[in-house]
Amino acid sequence: MEGWRFFKKTLMLVVKGSTGYYLWCAFLLAVIAVGVTFYREQLDAGLIVTNMKNQVSWGLYIGNFTYLVGVAAAAVLLVIPAYIYHFDPIKEIVVLGELFAASAIVMAVMFVLADLGRPDRFWHIMPFVGILSFPQSLLAWDVIVLNGYLALNTLVPIYILVKSYYGKEPNKKFVIPLILLSIPWAVSIHTVTAFLYNGLSARPFWNASILAPRFLASAFCSGPAIIIIIFQIIRKVAGMKVKNEALFKIAELIAYAMFINLFLLGAELFKEYYSATIHLAPLEYLYQGLNGHHALVPWIWTAFAFNVAAFLIFLIPRTRRRLVTLNIGCALMIVGVWIEKGMGFVVPGFVPDPLGEIYEYLPNATEAAISLGIWAAGLLIFTLFMRVAIPIQRGDFMHSKYDELAQSHRMQSRHAPVPPPRPGF
Amino acid sequence: MPDNRPTRRNFLKTLSAGTLGGLVFAATGCKREVLDEFLQKHFREMTDEEKKQVIRRLEKSYREKYGLDFKVGTTEAVPNTLWGYGLDLSRCIGCRRCMHACVQENNNSRAKPQLQWIRVLRLKKGNLINLEQSEHYYNPETVPEPGFIYMPVQCQQCENPPCVKVCPVQATWKEPDGIITVDYNWCIGCRYCIAACPYKGRVFNWAEPTISREEWNTDVHYLGNRPRMKNVVEKCTFCVQRARIGRYPACVEACPTGSRKFGNLLDPSSEIRYIIENKRVFRLKEDFNTEPKFYYFFSI
Amino acid sequence: MKRILPVLALAFAIGTGLPVFAVLHHDEFPVPPPPLSEGIYPCGNCHAGMEVNTKRRELTDEHQNIKLRHAENVRWCLDCHNPGNRDKLRLVNGNLISFGESYLLCGQCHGNIYRDWKAGIHGKRTGYFNGKKTYLLCVHCHNPHDPKFKPIKPEPPPYRPEDKRNAR
Repeated sequence: MEGWRFFKKTLMLVVKGSTGYYLWCAFLLAVIAVGVTFYREQLDAGLIVTNMKNQVSWGLYIGNFTYLVGVAAAAVLLVIPAYIYHFDPIKEIVVLGELFAASAIVMAVMFVLADLGRPDRFWHIMPFVGILSFPQSLLAWDVIVLNGYLALNTLVPIYILVKSYYGKEPNKKFVIPLILLSIPWAVSIHTVTAFLYNGLSARPFWNASILAPRFLASAFCSGPAIIIIIFQIIRKVAGMKVKNEALFKIAELIAYAMFINLFLLGAELFKEYYSATIHLAPLEYLYQGLNGHHALVPWIWTAFAFNVAAFLIFLIPRTRRRLVTLNIGCALMIVGVWIEKGMGFVVPGFVPDPLGEIYEYLPNATEAAISLGIWAAGLLIFTLFMRVAIPIQRGDFMHSKYDELAQSHRMQSRHAPVPPPRPGF
Repeated sequence: MPDNRPTRRNFLKTLSAGTLGGLVFAATGCKREVLDEFLQKHFREMTDEEKKQVIRRLEKSYREKYGLDFKVGTTEAVPNTLWGYGLDLSRCIGCRRCMHACVQENNNSRAKPQLQWIRVLRLKKGNLINLEQSEHYYNPETVPEPGFIYMPVQCQQCENPPCVKVCPVQATWKEPDGIITVDYNWCIGCRYCIAACPYKGRVFNWAEPTISREEWNTDVHYLGNRPRMKNVVEKCTFCVQRARIGRYPACVEACPTGSRKFGNLLDPSSEIRYIIENKRVFRLKEDFNTEPKFYYFFSI
Repeated sequence: MKRILPVLALAFAIGTGLPVFAVLHHDEFPVPPPPLSEGIYPCGNCHAGMEVNTKRRELTDEHQNIKLRHAENVRWCLDCHNPGNRDKLRLVNGNLISFGESYLLCGQCHGNIYRDWKAGIHGKRTGYFNGKKTYLLCVHCHNPHDPKFKPIKPEPPPYRPEDKRNAR
């Protein structure tokens, strides 16, 4: 049976691999195992095992969640030019970009689950079974848009891959509307996530209208920066063809996004510092320290320096178009935005708290271990996606009927650089 | 709200919840009580008979867990009542008797974590609105201290509560008598309400509450001071277990200076109405439009 | 006395434009017995045979613990304590009242506070806010000879969030 054969072959693809692949998976599994151990302890004892308190009631988990939603939303950055402007080099890698977005959403959801006190009552939030407080609660909106985005970003690539497995062109009438839909949907997941914080009048740091635009701008920096690095790895490890041109184009777009992000940050800093109301306190805590408390100050200035440096690297064509500097820029930006949008965004919302108390939150080992476990799980999911998707895209893994054809193609391509069959649109 | 839901939805709910429960039951082979607890409906969707069953189960489980006979009430809101609170800032001396009486009455975890529903803020004289200048941990030999005033803060029982708006599962809501309550068995522990509250009116059970056997108050209400479990949110209910039978909240009775006042806002002859009509009152962070039913006033 | 109060209340109500109070009776303010020092009452037991001395002086034989810090420049014991029958207090108009009604005496000067106290705003109430509530006399909280509230020891502050007793 073809289904069984597909399953068996997929399993083989996933199970068999080089030493490097085994080491990589073993490493990820080990990190996951550590995370699971700590998570079981957290389940058992309660969230008291974390450094979160009533004063700062969200921390590293929610910071990572926010960051990853942005990373997932960044898939549109690949989709927009690829489908609207028919920009060829990017088009090649959109399927993988969407699978990456799906992996990021899975991680984001896992971070929410890690933060959730009563995961055993998960059914309470399920519509029809429990009570999903839609439309009052922005968290309900987030549940809907994130799950929708996850569905969209798995459905589209899987559909294209399956078609390609059968050596067929995807049905444009079906797939193009979905791809077009995923563009506003990506904007929506990050907007809704921004509104989740934005709507809380109790927290002046979040209650600023600039929040959603800034969220989108910074997402369009970190997400694509991760993708630039991942595609270079895939190119090297899996021999998948990704043109440098595509990477440089993404980097250029990142530079614009970072410019907007820095501009919006400047606008925010001006408003708060010039008017200098009591709502300045969280920003002061973040950038200068407040009443002798400055746990986040070195972090946010690191983020600022990294972001500005990355911006310059991506702005100047000479540094942008060299892989070494490009990768340095990407690394700086990934870390910079992670700080700015993770801890640097979530924690100051709680400091000082509504009654003026300052609690200096920094995550503890448990939170770090669980977070690393989730990152490892996400990377593992993405790795496995790639294990199957890349051979399909390369034409190495096809329905039995086309297998022989592909075999001969591969033989050919070893001698001459003929591009392997690949689904076009 | 629960009444006008389509029956098809209820059917779906029962069906899916039943399936879900059956699966868990089969998978774990656990006790019936565990399954019942897992499948327990939202408090406001329960029939009177279901409420009785739940109370019986809870009392049984508390007996097993704490070795004490709890009396879990479900007294409903008294018609034509809207609770309001008055706090006389000219009289409060910051002695924290209210805070500790509240902890005892409401079975708050004493340590690991220590939870309180009342916070007493010390403010420099000449300063009232900027709470960032407040001190929560003052501990002098005696109070009041010269140069300071004291402002206790607890849930303000907003008419327009931001915490209720944000809860993704409606585990917290405003009762007909105006108090905001939590169904501890429905809360999923996301802490969105804590982020939304401008008054720090909510705290989280970061772990299973720690209370010694002789410290438990066994006279409890389902929506108020009954024993909590780990990883759920809790808050002041104006002592729902007392107020609904006409008694003053524990903090009112504990205050040695009589700074705390309580009554029915719909009763023109109540103490709280007298305060609103005759004293200069203000509500904390009125600019947030939360419409608190907690009135600070100055008798002198 | 019972005839005066409704008149007073009515006058007060009209004067302040407040809703008319129900007729005031003493049992409307159910108070615990006054906090007299043990064995000191009835006062007449000792004072019956004594000569009345209205002179301001240092008390040396009895009541040495009383230090008058209550408008002491214009007041002395017998402005409030009735010289004839020591078991009674004396209002300015000469009417005698029992120790259990001392709020009437305090209310002569502290009119605003007396008004608030009657409404349940000044002072502590316990019991049932819609039904039977217990009032306290002024003297339950304020020493009539030295009425200013004395500082007290506060209960302990909460544990700080960083405190180990808040962690596992």
